[in-house]
Amino acid sequence: MTQIEIKVNDKLHKLDVFPMARLLDVLREQLQLTGTKEGCGEGECGACTVVLDGRIVNSCLVPAAQVNGAEITTIEGVAHNDQLHAVQQAFIQHGGAQCGICTPGMVLAAVDLLKRNPQPTEVDIRNGLAGNLCRCTGYMKIFESVVRACQK
Amino acid sequence: MRAFIPDYQLITPASLAEALALLKNEPNVWKPFAGGTDLMVLLEAGKLPHHNYINIWGLGELHGIEVSSTHVTLGALITYTEVQAHPILRSEFPMLCQAASETGGLAIQNRGTLGGNIINASPAADSPPALLAYDAEIELISSGGSRWVPYHGFHTGYKQMQLGADELLARIRLPRNTEGATHYYRKVGTRKAQAISKVCLAATGRMNNGTIDDTRIALGSVAPIVVRCVQTENVLRGQKPDAETIASACDILLREVSPIDDIRSTAGYRLQVTKNLLTDFLMRLH
Repeated sequence: MTQIEIKVNDKLHKLDVFPMARLLDVLREQLQLTGTKEGCGEGECGACTVVLDGRIVNSCLVPAAQVNGAEITTIEGVAHNDQLHAVQQAFIQHGGAQCGICTPGMVLAAVDLLKRNPQPTEVDIRNGLAGNLCRCTGYMKIFESVVRACQK
Repeated sequence: MRAFIPDYQLITPASLAEALALLKNEPNVWKPFAGGTDLMVLLEAGKLPHHNYINIWGLGELHGIEVSSTHVTLGALITYTEVQAHPILRSEFPMLCQAASETGGLAIQNRGTLGGNIINASPAADSPPALLAYDAEIELISSGGSRWVPYHGFHTGYKQMQLGADELLARIRLPRNTEGATHYYRKVGTRKAQAISKVCLAATGRMNNGTIDDTRIALGSVAPIVVRCVQTENVLRGQKPDAETIASACDILLREVSPIDDIRSTAGYRLQVTKNLLTDFLMRLH
């Protein structure tokens, strides 16, 4: 075991971890932040997306030893108090979520896209969400939700 | 079945010197661990045979991009995202940027590194064909010093490479001689993002008075290693890229590759697509 210090959603944690433990498991099991989902566990589906030092990553592919000193934002840290992010609001209003497993990753990928590129083209949106798989919606409602979120 | 996580070591050295000393003093005990986008997949599947890793992600010497009048030198830990963002790479080495943009999705591109792509040594890796077509050189360092070698020839067989147990890939150097060249990169996969390629071709070519002055051609996913197709290049040099030249180049090219049937594609499909991609490249030379 090794000790790491990480800031998750603006809160500092000191944790004892196995160095090769997946960030995904540290978040879900040690910090009970179960909003981050496990889909494929091999970096294909994007369900476990979190923001690590300002960039989205697949938390299933990041070992705990590599996040010592890092700042992480999970889906639980996207809303500010009761104020949902424009992307979250748009997902609710335009049916962007169905079963909900891909939703945290989709929302974080969309929030990341809008942060880097507040006026994305349709191609930008498709590229921004290309690493996130959804098995329910057929993608169009997710795509429309992100388009609407840009118009806010 | 998942791996037993407590069995795995991932230690973070305080410096590059410490990492190199570990590699030297305990040969074959430690292996470098960069962005983890390949190794963690194996770990999760319970198929990561090696157990002790050195976390090199934080070593500043292995990051960054240096530009001189003759070369662009990339730290081995440059990510696909950093590749795509660099203005000189975009203007002079567009195939490398395209390869980076077609590797995984954004979350993978933020973690995956060029050095990792080389050392993981997958024959289906996306950036090595571009690196071969750009005549890249790589720097291998150890506590005893450093050596630059051509990237072409580094891989000797499936997952085999000319890397000493005490050596670490430190930098990748690209000669800035691409002005006026045609750059052709095409990855054929099941979908645009996240797919592992069925066939990938990267080629540069330069014309002079209607004939091919110089060309470099490399292919991924059609042999045990990513291959530079030197014989094909040789038959093309000095020729007009007409139908006859293209047909004979395709014949030679198919002798330089040895695709197999696997879960992603078939040997027959790969051979056909290999020919089509070479033809497409040669028809675009001007």
